[in-house]
Amino acid sequence: MLGYLRRNLSLVVGLVLLGVLAAFIVAGALSVDTGNAQPLSAPALQPPSWDYPFGTDRNGRDLLAVIVAGTPLTLRIGFVAGFIGVGVGAVLAFIAAFYRGWVDTVIRSIADIGLTVPQLLVLIIIAVSLRGSLTVNQMAIIIASLAWLSPTRTIRSQVLTLRERGYVEVARLNGMSGPEIIFRELMPNLLPYLAATLVGSVSAAILASVGLEVLGLGQVEAPTLGMTLYWVNFNAAIINGWWWWWSAPLVVIVMVFLGLFFLTVGLDEIANPRLRRSV
Amino acid sequence: MRAVYIVKRFGVFLLIVWLAATLNFFLPKLSGQDPVRAKLLAEASLGGYVHAGLEDMVNQYQKKFGLDKPLWRQYLTYLGAVSRGDLNYSIANYPRTVVGMIREALPWTIGLLGVTTLFSFAAGTILGALLAWPRAPRWIRWLMPPLWALHAIPFFLLGLVLSWLLAFKFQWLPIFGGYSAGANPAWDWAFVLDVLRHAVLPSLSIVLVSVGGWALAMRGMMVTTMGEDYVTFAEAKGLRSATIFTRYCMRNAILPQTTGLALALGQILSGAVLVEAIFGYPGIGALLFQAIEENDFFLIEGIVFTVIVALGFATFLLDVVYPWLDPRISYRQA
Amino acid sequence: MSGSVLRVDRLRVAYDHPLGPVRAVDELSFSLRPRERFGLAGESGSGKSTMALAILRMIKPPGRIEGGAVWLDDIALSGLADDEMRRLRLAAIAMVPQGSMNSLNPVARIRQQISDALADHGERLSKRDAETRIRTLLAQVGLPPEIADRYPHELSGGMKQRACIAIAICLRPKVIIADEPTSALDVVVQRQVMETLGHVQAELGAAVILIGHDIGLMAQFVDRLGIMYAGRLVEVAPIRDIITAPRHPYTRMLIESLPSLERKGELRGIPGLAPVLRELPSGCAFHPRCPKVQARCRTEKPAVRAIGEDASVACHFA
Repeated sequence: MLGYLRRNLSLVVGLVLLGVLAAFIVAGALSVDTGNAQPLSAPALQPPSWDYPFGTDRNGRDLLAVIVAGTPLTLRIGFVAGFIGVGVGAVLAFIAAFYRGWVDTVIRSIADIGLTVPQLLVLIIIAVSLRGSLTVNQMAIIIASLAWLSPTRTIRSQVLTLRERGYVEVARLNGMSGPEIIFRELMPNLLPYLAATLVGSVSAAILASVGLEVLGLGQVEAPTLGMTLYWVNFNAAIINGWWWWWSAPLVVIVMVFLGLFFLTVGLDEIANPRLRRSV
Repeated sequence: MRAVYIVKRFGVFLLIVWLAATLNFFLPKLSGQDPVRAKLLAEASLGGYVHAGLEDMVNQYQKKFGLDKPLWRQYLTYLGAVSRGDLNYSIANYPRTVVGMIREALPWTIGLLGVTTLFSFAAGTILGALLAWPRAPRWIRWLMPPLWALHAIPFFLLGLVLSWLLAFKFQWLPIFGGYSAGANPAWDWAFVLDVLRHAVLPSLSIVLVSVGGWALAMRGMMVTTMGEDYVTFAEAKGLRSATIFTRYCMRNAILPQTTGLALALGQILSGAVLVEAIFGYPGIGALLFQAIEENDFFLIEGIVFTVIVALGFATFLLDVVYPWLDPRISYRQA
Repeated sequence: MSGSVLRVDRLRVAYDHPLGPVRAVDELSFSLRPRERFGLAGESGSGKSTMALAILRMIKPPGRIEGGAVWLDDIALSGLADDEMRRLRLAAIAMVPQGSMNSLNPVARIRQQISDALADHGERLSKRDAETRIRTLLAQVGLPPEIADRYPHELSGGMKQRACIAIAICLRPKVIIADEPTSALDVVVQRQVMETLGHVQAELGAAVILIGHDIGLMAQFVDRLGIMYAGRLVEVAPIRDIITAPRHPYTRMLIESLPSLERKGELRGIPGLAPVLRELPSGCAFHPRCPKVQARCRTEKPAVRAIGEDASVACHFA
């Protein structure tokens, strides 16, 4: 096991990055008062100091509290939307790839056309239409509504490849029913691949949520990472030199994305050993 | 044969256009909001009191924007207007039309995106191919880790960092906008240079992030291709290394790479929208940002619709080009 | 030995596996006379294709040529620079791969796949001359000139194989190495391809090494046959002698396993499995399956013993 970890460096790096982040959040939740993530909790625009390690923003929020409170929110959106996306996507993919025929054509066409459209823009339309009542959970559901498109397509092609393998034919000849074959033969072989797809889906969902928030479409009072960046942009924090305001959320977001990325690469390596990097 | 294929792909394109228009029409209605009333109320509340004649104004506007007719009639009128290229007036900037505002912003986005996407794709693909080729110069390997790490983060994040570093800290480049405030838009060197200077940061944010992705993908394709039998035979034929690299490896690896481009267009555009919002670069992205701020429904709808149509068309073009690249995909079966 | 166009002298090829090096070709020696047809037969994994690649100096990591030499006429191939070796490929030694597989570039027309070989070997031809040359080559292998415009996926298996032969002969090589040229084809097409191969070989005056596992097929084509087992050449002899009087026990069992049209009886095979190259048996690699096995076979690897000019065998008791 340890030997494998040494060879699959990406997996290690990914887990370490995410692990550090998780530890930070947990430690923060235990030691920091998240009430301070609300406006007017602290004097405004303080650079980092002993009292306020990450400084404060223009509305008087303690940025350390903001990060500690907001990161789990952002991650939650990602996980919820990512899981729903892969869950729905996997079901549709299995149905399409296994039963083929017109079912396959319909599902594939919807996924293909859906993927031609830039997701963020459709999400913007939905979000703008529902304006005024967009909570963090609602955002997760909105993102999930589009998150299944890409997993459906990729999982479907994987299932199609596996389907051609001998053991599926044998199972069929042995009288196994469709759903049985899906669960007992195909699924176990696909687990590493599904895991990699899940991580990718979570990453995409977090990206979508941060994107929506930066544009100002998130829950206004929520101290999420994206909303913080929205305020950064709104208040022209860069030009005004309030560097601490944007560095903390930036570092956290970068850690999240890099961690998820390395994790995906590491899982890909497990799922498909032929992709060994030969650099 | 070829004509049938092109017509079929064009049909798909029209389907996308229709779907976009329909979604655009129905989705907002779901919330029960009346965009005009909402906007007017917002305007009125800024003034501090509610106008007695507000209802009359609302009715007037509703008539003008056709919102008092039954739903199906609105839909048909809407479809008719869209096909004539009429995307309504901007609520926040009335009497400017949506199309008019988009027409001003679109060239900026096309310029930025067009150049950066083509450049990243070309540079990334060539870099990726070289990375897979054992006879490539050694120093190229060193480029990979930073590019690889960069490509996992969204464009606009890099934009934030670059803008702080190069525009604020070192003051080498302008921080905001498409051209300097007060500059005279004219086709002379001074203006063009000004525009280019303002385009550097947004472009860099996109290019530095994208190149890694394309390179990584191409490298993967090349490794697969290099293991194929026809490459072994090419070597047994005593072909020169350069010939094998270009005509046998790259030429084959570029096929799935191009498919990747078609699939990634939507994502690239989403990322570019955010970059423009951050930099205030006067393209579609900034316009959209502004429209969201102002709750300008029709403008938002118009922009999203235009972008979907543009992307659908770009995908259509790529679909038509693809069989030309890969002779195995006959126009018949694709 | 003078008079041989190709001479392989104690060639050794190994692959570096995480669990230890694997010897794929072990002290292989044979010589090929001008215009001779030499067959190389053996089971899958016996090292035949590796040997072909080794002759062309195309062994890639994790494989490497551990020792031995290959001589083309008087030129030692191992001493050549990379570019000199490249120029010899196709021009002096040409390989005919399994064309029915993926050996042709899917995105290039047949014409281009011939002309790029000509160009990279320094042949400067005008457009018209090139056209004529391609046309002639295709005619030599029995393909109509329209084939030049086709893409590989538009050709049948047999046509692809013959196109590969056309490419292989375009620079009039002295040696042609045909690696399982008919493996995936049906018998009718097999015969066509073998006839084409024999035809062009006679016309060029080239020597041919035919690699395969179908002894029946080989018997109809080759002058001499070499049998490979676990990376070694265990027997070489003129084809008639090998069929009628095989010396090595393995060869004998191979011949006996061939079904006969005249006699009816039980099909005979060779018990056991071919050894995994990573874990070769001690002494003679064949000893676990040999009906004549003795104590000496388990400990001592038999040396290759020459018998006259044409034959050799590697067995203690042959």
